[in-house]
Amino acid sequence: MSGKGMNLTLKIWRQKDSSTKGQMVDYKVTDISEHMSFLEMMDVLNEQLVNAGEEPVAFDHDCREGICGACSLYINGEAHGPDRAITTCQLHMRMFNDGDTITIEPFRAAAFPVIKDLVVDRMAFERIQQAGGYISVNTSGNTQDANNIPISKHAADEAMDAATCIGCGACVATCKNSSAMLFVGAKVSQYALLPQGQIEAADRVQNMVAQMDLEGFGNCTNTGACEVECPKGISLDNIARMNRELMKANI
Amino acid sequence: MALDSKVPKGPIKDKWTDYKNKIDLVNPANKRNIDVIVVGTGLAGGSAAATLAELGYNVKAFAYQDSPRRAHSIAAQGGINAAKNYQGDGDSTYRLFYDTVKGGDYRSREANVYRLAEVSSNIIDQCVAQGVPFARDYGGLLDNRSFGGVLVSRTFYAKGQTGQQLLLGAYSAMNRQIARGKIEMFNRHEMLDVVIVDGKARGIIARNLITGEIERHSAHAVVIGSGGYGNVYFLSTNAMGSNATASWKIHKKGAYFANPCYTQIHPTCIPRSGDYQSKLTLMSESLRNDGRIWVPKNMEDVLAIREGKKKPTDLTEEQRDYYLERRYPAFGNLVPRDVASRAAKERCDAGYGVNATGEAVYLDFASAFDRYGKEQAKIQNIKNPSPEKIYELGQAIVEAKYGNLFQMYEKIVDQNPYKTPMMIYPAVHYTMGGVWVDYNLMTTIPGCYCIGEANFSDHGANRLGASALMQGLADGYFVLPYTIGDYLADDIRTGKIPTDSLEFNAAEKEVKDRIDFFVNNKGTKSVDYFHKKLGKVMWDKAGMSRNAKGLEEAMVEIKAIREEFWKEVSVPGGSNEMNPELEKAGRVADFLELGELFAKDALVRAESCGGHFREESAELDGPQKGEAKRNDKDFAFVSAWEYKGEPADAVLHKEELEFKDIELKQRSYK
Repeated sequence: MSGKGMNLTLKIWRQKDSSTKGQMVDYKVTDISEHMSFLEMMDVLNEQLVNAGEEPVAFDHDCREGICGACSLYINGEAHGPDRAITTCQLHMRMFNDGDTITIEPFRAAAFPVIKDLVVDRMAFERIQQAGGYISVNTSGNTQDANNIPISKHAADEAMDAATCIGCGACVATCKNSSAMLFVGAKVSQYALLPQGQIEAADRVQNMVAQMDLEGFGNCTNTGACEVECPKGISLDNIARMNRELMKANI
Repeated sequence: MALDSKVPKGPIKDKWTDYKNKIDLVNPANKRNIDVIVVGTGLAGGSAAATLAELGYNVKAFAYQDSPRRAHSIAAQGGINAAKNYQGDGDSTYRLFYDTVKGGDYRSREANVYRLAEVSSNIIDQCVAQGVPFARDYGGLLDNRSFGGVLVSRTFYAKGQTGQQLLLGAYSAMNRQIARGKIEMFNRHEMLDVVIVDGKARGIIARNLITGEIERHSAHAVVIGSGGYGNVYFLSTNAMGSNATASWKIHKKGAYFANPCYTQIHPTCIPRSGDYQSKLTLMSESLRNDGRIWVPKNMEDVLAIREGKKKPTDLTEEQRDYYLERRYPAFGNLVPRDVASRAAKERCDAGYGVNATGEAVYLDFASAFDRYGKEQAKIQNIKNPSPEKIYELGQAIVEAKYGNLFQMYEKIVDQNPYKTPMMIYPAVHYTMGGVWVDYNLMTTIPGCYCIGEANFSDHGANRLGASALMQGLADGYFVLPYTIGDYLADDIRTGKIPTDSLEFNAAEKEVKDRIDFFVNNKGTKSVDYFHKKLGKVMWDKAGMSRNAKGLEEAMVEIKAIREEFWKEVSVPGGSNEMNPELEKAGRVADFLELGELFAKDALVRAESCGGHFREESAELDGPQKGEAKRNDKDFAFVSAWEYKGEPADAVLHKEELEFKDIELKQRSYK
């Protein structure tokens, strides 16, 4: 499995901290194997920088298997890069060609300020979840037997599909309005589809949407880019369901 | 100090209930005056933080990630065990207990494991109440699957993302308490030391990873739930940031470290592809329910496949060696992880590996497509279905069960596993060893607790599939919240712990000095250079099989790498800013000590047990020839190591293991 040894030019956003102005900086990497993941290519660049005594490029990453939601790059104008239904850490260099110039920026949105280089602050998502992304049940273990709540397979599967959101923020980064409605819609939907979620349904959707607005995310204009770029394929139906839940709650 | 496991007296099935009835409680008004620090927000730390806050304690929770939801529990795929016996296949608390002790090769503490099995059912009830979308059957009831090393179906799952859904459940419970102000959440913070005042854990020193600021946090108790140390191998299925620093810091301040050599090498991971590899990706063990593992029977076929002249699908059934089914007819592809991993290594060492590196075996779903396809054709009343139709119907079922895993595989390897068998190879996955704790989950430092993968207590020398999630949540939701009350009951009049004491000053100075060293050292080599070097020694000499000579060499080599690290490490950037290289430097410095203790522990344990295979201790003849040979006469104990400076000088304390409710047998999965 030898690589084809690509030589690439990288244009990367460098920014010292949240209060310093950033800029694009050019770097070269050589002999990149097509079997490398995109972040392994970034590791190669960083090793090169460290060995030259320069500061490596900061970027968020952790599990490197597409589930933690930490990685967040905007590559050649697309959240998580040119492939579909994956995160940046699952993107492989076989998607690129020798001689390519690759532009790498952070996720950009007013609600996601840059912390350093390609690392952004996604605390707005945390505050939205804290506003209502839960069922109010204490963890005493003294709940009823799990099988006392039968749930149709269809509803359970649909709730699961909504619950697979990894909270990466690609939906916001890719939306021309920086809307977070796919993210919020996914959480609202998971609970709206389950009997356990019904009791607090109205308060939940109202509180989460209010917090979303407070954070400065834009509105949804049904472009659908979020669904295309979502690494987990979260469907636009979840936004429709959230709107329905909100309307129901407001009546 | 003599080890006291504090296991309560009485029959095993009554121990936990009787104990809970007798331990001290803290009244709700007093809980408001007590602070608890929780380090790590995965299944163990997250569930503990949420529950302690619900009970009324003031919780401060710390995560190095930007959200608790990103802790590496999120990546657990297959499922969570519980003795519900919903399938009516004979499961019970005793059987789950028995399987776990046997699976751990009789090196775990009986009373802890029984308690784990006992609370397992509550976990499922709790998670369903929280809205965790477990898989269901068409009648609307919960579905189960089977995992390695057991003969019942007791594993609950949410597609191939069970860890994600359970963690999001714990995260939602945390969010509810963060919103109430009962949990103060410190994202992007790393604990760099524990502070001990009058012999008790009373706080931590943490670094704000955004600003670089060093902070002092005090509390009446400190809970460590920061996961395992698999990244000591550099390459593992752990997250890039997974580290042992919190565990190691408390070890250096007095917490004994138990059984470091017990490592789980998971049989079904995607093989490595090159030197640039940064981590390895697991393919859930649940795939072994439906996948069959094989290599070619004949060497000519192996070579033809490696050269691309033949495809695996060209080989007939007779040309394939389903070696697990051949060697272990009773359990077949569902033998425990340690057994499956060694069997793969045995075939690859004999030259039958199927990829260019010679380190890969096949995991084949063809028979599952066929079986499910025929079943579906019957259900859908399709008469005389074509093989293509059967395949299509079968594929849809497999996709519904494991679709995300198949997609993940295809993205990494660039091959379609619906068309050609997957290639897999063992990789470091989980560490059964960890900080020594008593029955209360308290370490040898009073007031310092350790939960989840970070402690040693429940899995012995080998963990069964779907038991890690069970243990993390059991510790956090249902065990620690009781046992910690017994300790905190003495603290209701203590009042807030001040952070301006000499002890805090000293701990903070130590942390700052080390950071200053790193940013000013200006060495010639990167942190990763040393980490990779350490990882290679660990894998070659303390990996899937170990011997005395290799382990002695490993100790010498690791020490040499450590000495070079402290001379030559280069950390660009400053200390008062976000600096990922600085974070890595601190973690690797700790791994470089832990690795040596690991090798020392493996050297002392001159028996084979679970994931720890000593070449000197194998069956020489009879039906079990070549299998691991345990030595209960000399090694039925927990190794708990006391820190004395250099890892080589660590002092061994033994906790003898007693098995009153289980008969010790050599494991056989034949």
